[in-house]
Amino acid sequence: MSEAQAKINTFRAGPDETGRFGMFGGRFVAETLMPLILDVQQAYKDAKADPSYQADIDYYATHYVGRPSPLYFARRMTEELGGAKIYFKREELNHTGSHKINNVMGQILLARRMGKTRIIAETGAGQHGVATATACALFNMPCKVYMGSVDVARQSPNVFRMKLLGAEVEAVESGSKTLKDALNEAMRDWVANVEDTFYIIGTVAGPAPYPEMVRDFQCVIGNEVREQMMEAEGRLPDTLVACVGGGSNAMGLFHPFLDDPEVKIIGVEAAGHGVETGEHAASITGGRPGVLHGNRMHLLQDEDGQVVEPYSISAGLDYPGIGPEHSWLHDMGRVDYVPATDKEAVDAFQYCSKMEGILPALESAHAIAHVMKLAPTLPKDHIICMNMSGRGDKDVNTIAELMGVSL
Amino acid sequence: MSMAESVGAAPYPDSGRIAARFAKLKAEGRGGLVTYVSAGDPDYDTSLEILKGLPGAGADLIELGMPFTDPMADGPAIQAAGLRALEGGQTLKKTLAMARAVREQDADVPLILMGYYNPIYCYGVDAFLEDAKAAGIDGLIIVDLPPEEDEELCIPALRAGVNFIRLATPTTDDHRLPTVLNNTSGFVYYVSILGITGTKTVEADAVREAVERIKRHTDLPVAVGFGVKTPESAKAISKVADAAVVGSAIVERVKSALDEGVEKSAIPARVLEFVASLAQGVRS
Repeated sequence: MSEAQAKINTFRAGPDETGRFGMFGGRFVAETLMPLILDVQQAYKDAKADPSYQADIDYYATHYVGRPSPLYFARRMTEELGGAKIYFKREELNHTGSHKINNVMGQILLARRMGKTRIIAETGAGQHGVATATACALFNMPCKVYMGSVDVARQSPNVFRMKLLGAEVEAVESGSKTLKDALNEAMRDWVANVEDTFYIIGTVAGPAPYPEMVRDFQCVIGNEVREQMMEAEGRLPDTLVACVGGGSNAMGLFHPFLDDPEVKIIGVEAAGHGVETGEHAASITGGRPGVLHGNRMHLLQDEDGQVVEPYSISAGLDYPGIGPEHSWLHDMGRVDYVPATDKEAVDAFQYCSKMEGILPALESAHAIAHVMKLAPTLPKDHIICMNMSGRGDKDVNTIAELMGVSL
Repeated sequence: MSMAESVGAAPYPDSGRIAARFAKLKAEGRGGLVTYVSAGDPDYDTSLEILKGLPGAGADLIELGMPFTDPMADGPAIQAAGLRALEGGQTLKKTLAMARAVREQDADVPLILMGYYNPIYCYGVDAFLEDAKAAGIDGLIIVDLPPEEDEELCIPALRAGVNFIRLATPTTDDHRLPTVLNNTSGFVYYVSILGITGTKTVEADAVREAVERIKRHTDLPVAVGFGVKTPESAKAISKVADAAVVGSAIVERVKSALDEGVEKSAIPARVLEFVASLAQGVRS
């Protein structure tokens, strides 16, 4: 790609006015949604220019979400792996147990500014659904969460949490019955209810302005890491690691560091049973550019352009695409994307639990798995910062089943 | 805005079949029937037989659905039809072959491909347009390509002489309508409901107003769909618009035949009988 060879001054200027990061992104939606998408774009632009909007976000971040989240030095893992110093950004300590709430608070405050009275969302692992249901309870708004029926079965604790929070959970039976189908169904709901409904998309994908907006709301992660790492080590980290499905926690950590060329950045994709088996969710390693869910991105598809059903043990990474900005950062060579298998993630889950007393989400365990491969190969003064994007309580049933334990 | 500015007067010659068909309908003093079927549903041969029978059953224009795994603007009936076709091995290449077979049999009926962008993007826009034109395709309706994405396929299609038929919806207000109509050719497809295909029932009075509103901005014919299910509603819509589009109700006939265990060879007759009743509706 010629674009990749061109030198650019910044990796942080995107998207352009057509919602594109290089060739990726855009607004590939039905006409019914288009006026609303443009409304959201304008409302977000206005909100960004209004100090009271940022003040609202900051207020809830401090008093409700519990920010800033700690930057934690993982001493035992560092010593045992015997190489680089390992830090965790503790996003799993946020209210509702993951980074997802950062984005939800930003979007629900925008929905209120726009006078929308009903909220819909899609969810895979249930973390985004729980965060959305939580914010809807806080602001007394009706909430409908679309979730693939396969995910409803494997993430039952989160389904019950959403119901306790007052949300309606719709089990989606179409297609592969996972995250992509939940997104399709949420889009169909939105088309039928454009007038009163705001769709809170949970990841850095979808039609513009969603990839940009969700990224902006998640950048609090990387911005805090910059400050916290300066305090802890007096310098920036050498390597950043985060798991990527759609890519929101990774983008939140990576984006503030994109223009620091000395910082190496790695996204970890879900390789399922192994990329070579075809049963995986590694959109960059195993996909190519395609158009789905309102944007062009790296997509798992067959030779006819039909979307291939992804597979991962982790419901939050079980998505056939990766956000447009990640797709572009890959093509530009700024971020490396590497795979981690189910087995590696499950081993990392157990290792981290015992070594650090932290049950990671199965999604985050993919990032840990890569850190476990990487740290021993690096010198002791090398600093790795990994995003602990979510907590693993929701995954204990899955892990127990794998271990042959009945709860 | 004047007509000349708001109507995308195609600077490139097209097949002329769509304009000729609407002129014929006007001469007959009636609205037309546009029928949608999913290509390859439930299998290639059955689907081809249905397609070939459509003009004889009274369809004035044919929309051929290109199956896609993730049809975000479609309701359960067309979702299921697309999946049946994909399970039967349908591909975009086969859909084009099907179109060519219909074209060989009928030189005049307008053939319009309808679907989503990714299979075309994957095929390659230039190669697709070349093959579609060679197959006798007259127009494209691509649900997830709004005017904001015209550079992707709309402009190349117009240059290749293939009509690009845009959807206008109840959310397309007078301010936006010129944007939607710009670069639209063939006809305008008015989506009569807020929502996905086949889920709500259209109201003729609301449609009359909407069609009048669109016609203040364009000379193109206006076809109305997304909620027309019966011969009665096809008749009512054909009185207030230039054509009524029926899709979900037709593909439902394939499904009900399959559910009842009807032999595949008997499915085309079942579907075409229903199409004939719709055709009678727009002619009464």
